[in-house]
Amino acid sequence: MLTTADLSYSYDRKRVLRFPDLHCQTGEHWLLLGQSGSGKTTLLHLLGGLLTPTGGRIRLNDTDLTALSGPALDRFRGQRIGIVFQRAHFVPSLHVLDNLLLAQQLAGITPDRTRAAELLERLDLSHKQQSPVQRLSVGEQQRVAIARALINKPALILADEPTSALDDDNSLRVVNLLEEQARAVEATLLIVTHDNRLKDHFERRVALEPQKTAQ
Amino acid sequence: MNLLRLGWKNLLHQPWSTALSLVLAALGAGLISLLLQVNQQLNQQFERNLAGIDMVLGAKGSPLQLILSGMYHVDAPTGNIPIAECKAFLNPRHPLIGMAVPLSLGDSHNGYRIVGATHDILKLYDAKLAAGRAWEAPLEVVAGAAVARKLGLKLGDTFHSSHGFIEDPDLVHHDAGAFKVVGILKSTGAVADQLLLTANESVWVVHEHAAASPDTAAAQPAPGLRPLTDFPDRDITLILIKFKARNAQTLNMPRNINENTNLQAAVPAIEISRLYATMGAGERSLRWIAAVIIGVSILSIFISLFANLNNRRYELALMRVMGASRSRLFTLLLLEGVLLAAIGCALGLMLSHGGMAVVARYLTEAYRYDFQPWALLPAEGWLLGGAIGLGALASLVPAIRASRTDIHNTLAE
Repeated sequence: MLTTADLSYSYDRKRVLRFPDLHCQTGEHWLLLGQSGSGKTTLLHLLGGLLTPTGGRIRLNDTDLTALSGPALDRFRGQRIGIVFQRAHFVPSLHVLDNLLLAQQLAGITPDRTRAAELLERLDLSHKQQSPVQRLSVGEQQRVAIARALINKPALILADEPTSALDDDNSLRVVNLLEEQARAVEATLLIVTHDNRLKDHFERRVALEPQKTAQ
Repeated sequence: MNLLRLGWKNLLHQPWSTALSLVLAALGAGLISLLLQVNQQLNQQFERNLAGIDMVLGAKGSPLQLILSGMYHVDAPTGNIPIAECKAFLNPRHPLIGMAVPLSLGDSHNGYRIVGATHDILKLYDAKLAAGRAWEAPLEVVAGAAVARKLGLKLGDTFHSSHGFIEDPDLVHHDAGAFKVVGILKSTGAVADQLLLTANESVWVVHEHAAASPDTAAAQPAPGLRPLTDFPDRDITLILIKFKARNAQTLNMPRNINENTNLQAAVPAIEISRLYATMGAGERSLRWIAAVIIGVSILSIFISLFANLNNRRYELALMRVMGASRSRLFTLLLLEGVLLAAIGCALGLMLSHGGMAVVARYLTEAYRYDFQPWALLPAEGWLLGGAIGLGALASLVPAIRASRTDIHNTLAE
């Protein structure tokens, strides 16, 4: 279960971003819709523990994310939260399988080759296990990024504009994939997007208001 | 996938800058290791072969040449001295001299020097017979351990000596009597291993016969092994002298000889330290060059890590997302720098020892010295330790920068 209360973040004193409270039950899939400038990415980074909020609380299951810091937060993020970014990033010196195993190792989980291989199999990437990540197509890279977000069976999966670079067909395929895989690990899925094509796909939606300059 | 392996893969991902850093580190460390080795080997050779010799007496000329040819058997001999002139020093009852070993040099066999001497030379170098016996007549020869091994000499073998120290069939004394191997020495680890020892008279016999016709050669009776002082009209090349004790008289003796006689007295300790001083200048400039290369290599490690940070910012931010702490990124970058320095240093050691192995082969052939090119020196352990320290130093700033990667701003780009 993911809940937030009075979440705010300010880049400087003048401009404070305020976010609506979220109440997402375990296993629910949510869409966070907003235009650019609505602080979508900021919210996602706050939820993902990449950014510390100026005010408010974030709870994931029994853990108060805002109370964690330093290596404890890093470890929690690595183990419990999977993030898929708009652009897929990798450690370019490692091939596909090693990128997944690295995600386990950095999270402090014993690397499990079988789990990594199964996941790649499910995402139709078995034949790419030993490929350098740079050689993959954009679609394949996106799928590997999803596999990496899922490898540690996280409680929360965050996706930042996962479909913005894709056509209708592929966009639908990626969303289906995310939902399917989130169900497989019983994770809460939160997709942040301005892509209206996804609107009808999700029952649960939160609209992010364009942010006003607050004093 | 531990950090060390990840660091290694990251280095391989940048093959050219990695290669450059490795080459520079290898050159710096290799040069230092080479200097250490040369120093060590020379010291060893010089120390070992001092054999307690206090003074070398020979013909006028270069004192260093006298020492090198008489004690280390690397240079040409200075010339001969008549026994009449140095008779006093060969007298066993001389009040100051404990041991005087007369040497007759100038001939060789397959590049190995034949040294005419009294049995005292065995005592001087503490050489023991492994087989056979010492020479009792002219043309009987005792082979040093290394000569016997390399030329495959066995007891009873015979050979003709050649004039000078180079292998030239034209210079072989074919018309003279053949040398016969009567003994083989145990290895001493010193210069005696590289010599063919015989009586002083052998050298006279060979050269007299060379001058005479082959027909009359056999008719000439060989002189027996009598005290050399019985042959005042003969020549020897030099005398190695050990004093009974060092005192004011022995301290002044070399100067007295040089000033008042036609002989030259050289003191090994002085000549060798003079030689070191000459080589020292060259060594110092090589040290500076090594220091500059090491400085450049530190810089290259720093630059290759630092310049790449910008390209690697997504990767580093991503590692933080995946659960890596700041200190992990710091350690990763530090490891990459240390790996470069340590592997470079190891390559340098291999290079310098490989080079020494090649040089040693040449030195063994040219100077009859055995070098041990693959022995690691304790100082080289320090060299590796120093390389690891410098690698860490070079990667310190990039590592700090990496640990401060701003995840949010990098990934929000």
